[in-house]
Amino acid sequence: MMLGRLTVDALPFYSWVAMGGAGVTIGGGVAVFLLVTYLRAWKVLWTDWLTSVDHKKIGIMYVVLSLVMLVRGFVDALMMRAQQAFALNNDGYLPPEHFEQIFSSHGTIMIFFVAMPFLTGLINIVVPQQIGARDVAFPFLNSVSLWLTAAGAGLVLVSLVVGKFSQAGWTGYPPYSGIEYSPGVGVDYWLWALIVSGVGSTLSGINFIVTIFKNRCPGMNFMRMPLFTWTALCASILIAFAFPGLTVVAAQLTLDRTLGFHFFTNGDGGNMMMFANLLWIWGHPEVYILILPAFGIFSEVVATFSRKRLFGYTSLVYATACIALLSFTVWLHHFFTMGSSSNVNAVFGIATMIIAVPTGVKIFDWLFTLYRGRIEFHPAMVFTIGFMVTFVIGGVTGVLLALPPADYLMHNSTFLVAHFHNMLIPGALFGYFAGMNYWFPKAFGFKLDVKWGIRSFWFWFIGFYLAFMPLYVLGFLGMSRRMEHYADPTWQPYLIVAGLGALCVLCGIACIAVQLYVSAKKWGSARDITGDPWNGRTLEWATSSPPAPYNFAVLPVVDDIDAFHDMKIRGTAYQVPDRYEDIVMPKSTGLGPILGGLAFVLGFAMVWYIWWLAALCLVLVLVCIGIRAFDDDSDYILPAAEVERMEKARLEQITPADLHDMRDFLPVGPASGEILPGRA
Amino acid sequence: MTETAVMGTASDLLEEEEKISLRSREFGFWVYLMTDAIIFALLFATYVVLSKNSAAGPTSKDVFDLRHTAGETALLLISSLTFGMATIAMAKGLSGRVIMWLVVTLLLGLAFLAMEMMEFRGMIAKGAGPEVSGFLSAFFTLVGTHGLHVTFGSLGILAMIVQIPLKGLTPPVRSRLLRLGLFWHFLDIVWIGIFSVVYLPGVM
Repeated sequence: MMLGRLTVDALPFYSWVAMGGAGVTIGGGVAVFLLVTYLRAWKVLWTDWLTSVDHKKIGIMYVVLSLVMLVRGFVDALMMRAQQAFALNNDGYLPPEHFEQIFSSHGTIMIFFVAMPFLTGLINIVVPQQIGARDVAFPFLNSVSLWLTAAGAGLVLVSLVVGKFSQAGWTGYPPYSGIEYSPGVGVDYWLWALIVSGVGSTLSGINFIVTIFKNRCPGMNFMRMPLFTWTALCASILIAFAFPGLTVVAAQLTLDRTLGFHFFTNGDGGNMMMFANLLWIWGHPEVYILILPAFGIFSEVVATFSRKRLFGYTSLVYATACIALLSFTVWLHHFFTMGSSSNVNAVFGIATMIIAVPTGVKIFDWLFTLYRGRIEFHPAMVFTIGFMVTFVIGGVTGVLLALPPADYLMHNSTFLVAHFHNMLIPGALFGYFAGMNYWFPKAFGFKLDVKWGIRSFWFWFIGFYLAFMPLYVLGFLGMSRRMEHYADPTWQPYLIVAGLGALCVLCGIACIAVQLYVSAKKWGSARDITGDPWNGRTLEWATSSPPAPYNFAVLPVVDDIDAFHDMKIRGTAYQVPDRYEDIVMPKSTGLGPILGGLAFVLGFAMVWYIWWLAALCLVLVLVCIGIRAFDDDSDYILPAAEVERMEKARLEQITPADLHDMRDFLPVGPASGEILPGRA
Repeated sequence: MTETAVMGTASDLLEEEEKISLRSREFGFWVYLMTDAIIFALLFATYVVLSKNSAAGPTSKDVFDLRHTAGETALLLISSLTFGMATIAMAKGLSGRVIMWLVVTLLLGLAFLAMEMMEFRGMIAKGAGPEVSGFLSAFFTLVGTHGLHVTFGSLGILAMIVQIPLKGLTPPVRSRLLRLGLFWHFLDIVWIGIFSVVYLPGVM
């Protein structure tokens, strides 16, 4: 059969809700297609964006992907909350198999296709500029990573239209995710989305590690790197060490399902608890992959908008490295109830609690940075303060769960659901939103609207508390996670409040959309002429907004932690160099999107057992790699005259009135220096 | 750290940037090998956990033949040596000899793969395929992943055999050969692990 197990039955004519989802997905795709066609933008889109290897454009595309997927993942959340708010002693509006698909895709999307691309995008836009580099170490590989991530997201989206998604939860534990209990294509969609995007993430990790090790400008030694770069480095090392584990466990489950292997089966010598171990050997570091870059963003934001040097820079660096190291030693706390000996559980429980120590160090460092600072309540700063308040609560419930005896009571309850949302929404998402508000002018050349940013914060903040505090209580009342309906009337009021919280978050997302629209509409009045809208401290603010393709016409020389702040104080910022140099730039290439497209078709073919198509894609992938391996002409030269023209045009626009007044920051004698240690 | 580009003609500048980029690629390749080492580490761990789970199927004593494995080991170890000879020839700039040693390495690699295929086919014919038990699933996945790597390495060697006469021993070609060599020797080390974790304890 040419099409494997793909038949007309795969189309969602069996339920109105499923057809609605498919309709919205197809409608969205068609709308984008028509819009691009109407704007006659296909050529520009292809040459300037899709085939670009510029780290800033790749970063922007990552964030766009993430925001689109955030909407999709949030619709899932809203549907779950609606179902549970109504389903007391009745079936609600969702049949069980549909509800299960929704909670599975919600988790998968939020982790892999919202959080991962958001942080990868921000790292892409910012880190090369923070270390004074012209690009990442491997620009082409960067494009491949982006398109592999997009291919994974595409597989999840397509499962709404052709076939179904997994019903086995975002962690897909066997034996339920095995072929015996989940014979359909859902788990295969989940697996191939993870494998394809996981390879992309691994390549990103390698790329950022080499970039940060090799591409730093003169003087930028490790202990002068901005904290976001440090957290990006630690997260990248975690990615490189953890994501291969995800690839292995996903490949093993795929072999079990497709070729009848016995890694995780009930009988024939399989061991299903090995799946839990392997998955969480990736999964726990993954939590810190998501959170550490956000910690870096908070560190940048809190220093900039307190107008002070970051308090305890060195301790923040060591705390970051400690967290990265410890994150590999705690994976078993995700399944204390597996039945390991009490000694094993105790070791992992204690290791888990120890992580709270470096995290606590960070919280205090941020608080001390705020102390006696001149705080500006910019949306980025407000998200940061909201994070600090909320994240501590999540940390406390985490330490509670780290006690194995307590965990036995709360395992798989909504208390756990509340806990990890309490870590990831403030700890990761608020950080990314802060980063978006903070670096948006750097990427686009104009500022985001403050009013709508603050509104989006309050809706997210209040919505978060309304949605998840009731879940803590429900966990104590004995409610398991992932319940499609229930019979205990005392639960319902809490679930209704949680549903209202989800509606509140919906308003928060709408505010972000309005913020983007309003800001884009009046961008002329909020232009960032100097490239330094917030009186920033780190090197990314030394470039123009948006930066030239080469970022720095002359590579900067650094001799302080807050390199750009130091330059402004010494009056060496915005200087015209004696002469401009030719700059070597990487050429754009269509191979990135082509490889991503092939990976998508390969995944689709494997899901539906279309073997010939999968083999064809594999051969074509090898051909693409071969073409690239024979290409020694992947760079071009941007002539010095062209660089000079672009730089002159930029510097001419800047008038002295645009520059920040740095007099306040000058050191003013020993006495005040003692009172305000972090001032200058 | 990025060195300041030497001023001069455009081709000088491109060459200088190329040098920096090749150094990054070599470092990046080491990092990639670490990620690959983790894949193997987890496959080893899986194998150790499942190695006694032969269910109703054959055990390791029934299916392993140490003499066959010794043959495979000899082929792969010698291929590592001949790749080393190719690297020495490259250092001397003798492209003809590099190609000769690469051809020898490729033949040894293919011979190894042929022996592995024979082993796999023999086991499947005897009713010891990967779908029989957890032990055999883990065995075929670990050894097969190594074999898949050797296959890709062989394709890489083939590409280099084509590329060297076309381009000569230019810096990018040398760098590629160096990285391919790292990959090939890495597979050798993994094989030694397989020999001592899978085959040796399996027959004892």
